[in-house]
Amino acid sequence: MRVLVGVKRVIDYAVKVRVKPDKTGVVTENVQHSMNPFDEIALEEAVKMKEKKIAKEVVAISLGGPKSQEILRTALAKGADKAIHVEVPDADVSKIEPLHVAKVLQKIVDKEKFDVVFLGKQAIDDDAAQTAPLLAGLLDWPQALYASKVEKAEDGYLQVVREIDGGLDTVKVKVPTVLSADLRLNEPRYATLPNIMKAKKKPMEKLSAKDLGVNDPPVRKAGGFVEDVPILIEKLKEKGFIKA
Amino acid sequence: MLSARSLLPKVVRQSVATRFSSTLVIAEHDDAKLAPITLNTITAAQKLGSDVSVLVTGANATKIAAEVAKVAGVKKVLVAQDEKLKNNLPERVAPVVLASHKQFNFSSIVAGASAFGRSIIPRVAGKLDCSPISDVTEIHSADTFTRTQYAGNAIVKVQSLAPVKLMTFRGTSFSPAAEGGSGAVENAPAGDINTSSSEFISQELSKSERPDLTTAKIVVSGGRGVKSSENFKLIFDLADKLGAGVGASRAAVDAGFVHNDMQVGQTGKIVAPELYIAVGISGAIQHLAGMKDSKVIVAINKDPDAPIFQVADYGLKADLFKAVPEMIAAL
Repeated sequence: MRVLVGVKRVIDYAVKVRVKPDKTGVVTENVQHSMNPFDEIALEEAVKMKEKKIAKEVVAISLGGPKSQEILRTALAKGADKAIHVEVPDADVSKIEPLHVAKVLQKIVDKEKFDVVFLGKQAIDDDAAQTAPLLAGLLDWPQALYASKVEKAEDGYLQVVREIDGGLDTVKVKVPTVLSADLRLNEPRYATLPNIMKAKKKPMEKLSAKDLGVNDPPVRKAGGFVEDVPILIEKLKEKGFIKA
Repeated sequence: MLSARSLLPKVVRQSVATRFSSTLVIAEHDDAKLAPITLNTITAAQKLGSDVSVLVTGANATKIAAEVAKVAGVKKVLVAQDEKLKNNLPERVAPVVLASHKQFNFSSIVAGASAFGRSIIPRVAGKLDCSPISDVTEIHSADTFTRTQYAGNAIVKVQSLAPVKLMTFRGTSFSPAAEGGSGAVENAPAGDINTSSSEFISQELSKSERPDLTTAKIVVSGGRGVKSSENFKLIFDLADKLGAGVGASRAAVDAGFVHNDMQVGQTGKIVAPELYIAVGISGAIQHLAGMKDSKVIVAINKDPDAPIFQVADYGLKADLFKAVPEMIAAL
């Protein structure tokens, strides 16, 4: 089984983003970026599948500007065998939508015959959570989203425990399939220094692919501290949350 | 290839076609009752200014359809009742949606932004070659919408040029539709359902007598400061006194205090109750994304510098193990 893992370079989750003064987007220059946390989890699971001999090869793919290669090197250091960088000029990166990404992935899958595409459940920048189900639709493959456990079922099937609104459900999907990783699927490993060195020798293929008004959300102002519980209760009574 | 076909900054005049537009809402249910988020979605769908049809798929769809037909503003209910549609797997629901779209040519196909809606809407969008829009919080016109990005730290206004608008709506941003409708119920066109590619095995839902987190008027949430799952009883007790739903921060879920379907935040549930009480929660960006639209926020935390106090209307700097029992006693 060959697994394709999508990894996205996003503003680091700990950064407090700022909207540009001209309201066209958020400030991305000189801001710490890293691999989308959900993609790290998807990659970890794919590498684990290889370690369990379920998967034969893990290939990481990223769409984006030249700096996406740093993210791909990280993926290689964490155990991906090969990387594919689909270069998009920096100026166009902000225009890429999940549909474009899904179409690129579809082309790669058709060309290179992958059996599983493993993505994060959402990117923490655009919060769209669309690429995996879009791709499943484009390929007409089954999908198992928000995976918190992935196991091999009988030959040619994977069994996936998914995190849904009311708890968990378990589905069986036929390979080829599209999966997306949720937070609690695993604990991603760190790239060790020897692996970072080895990653430099792993192959990276380069391909190229040929209205947004952003507003600050209304700012909540801090109210103030209350002295003690009785005063808090009093305030909540005034507001009518608690029956006097 | 990367021309932004569906999002352009410039204003495009609405086409004449939208006058004959119609919206399809994909209903969510568990074969026994309609999911509340469907009612919020019907309200949002009406704001698109077109006739609203609702598609109910499932093994027990007829019963749910009768319920949906009574919702105000629903003109038509399409029913697809089939054993194959039990548990509404996206691979099986999508062909029914596509068959219905082929027959009625909807201008928008929408659902609530729940795990179900987020699974089905983009899949259909892929089939129709349209860019979907997730988690819409505001509707300006039939093609212009607002949604949030970066964990709610940026608000984006988007214009969709897609021939069909595929969207999921954030439940907490729209009021639920009331009763008082009399929609006509008819059978949906049969889709070509493939049963070999995916199969539902089982589910394990958390049982709770408490109000549903996403629709509760009051929510009490516990964080890492609660320290253990035993201590979480405090949070439950306070919630019971207030008739509140119970939530948790990611830290509390990851530490195993409570089940993960209680997680409030960017990648958990988005709640906007009248009153949100955050107990032992520091207030990371990702948590705030899930609750900062609450009407009144109360924070109880030992650390006066905790970021949660910057959004709280009432902050109480106190040890939660003292303050919460005091509150329970006072109520």
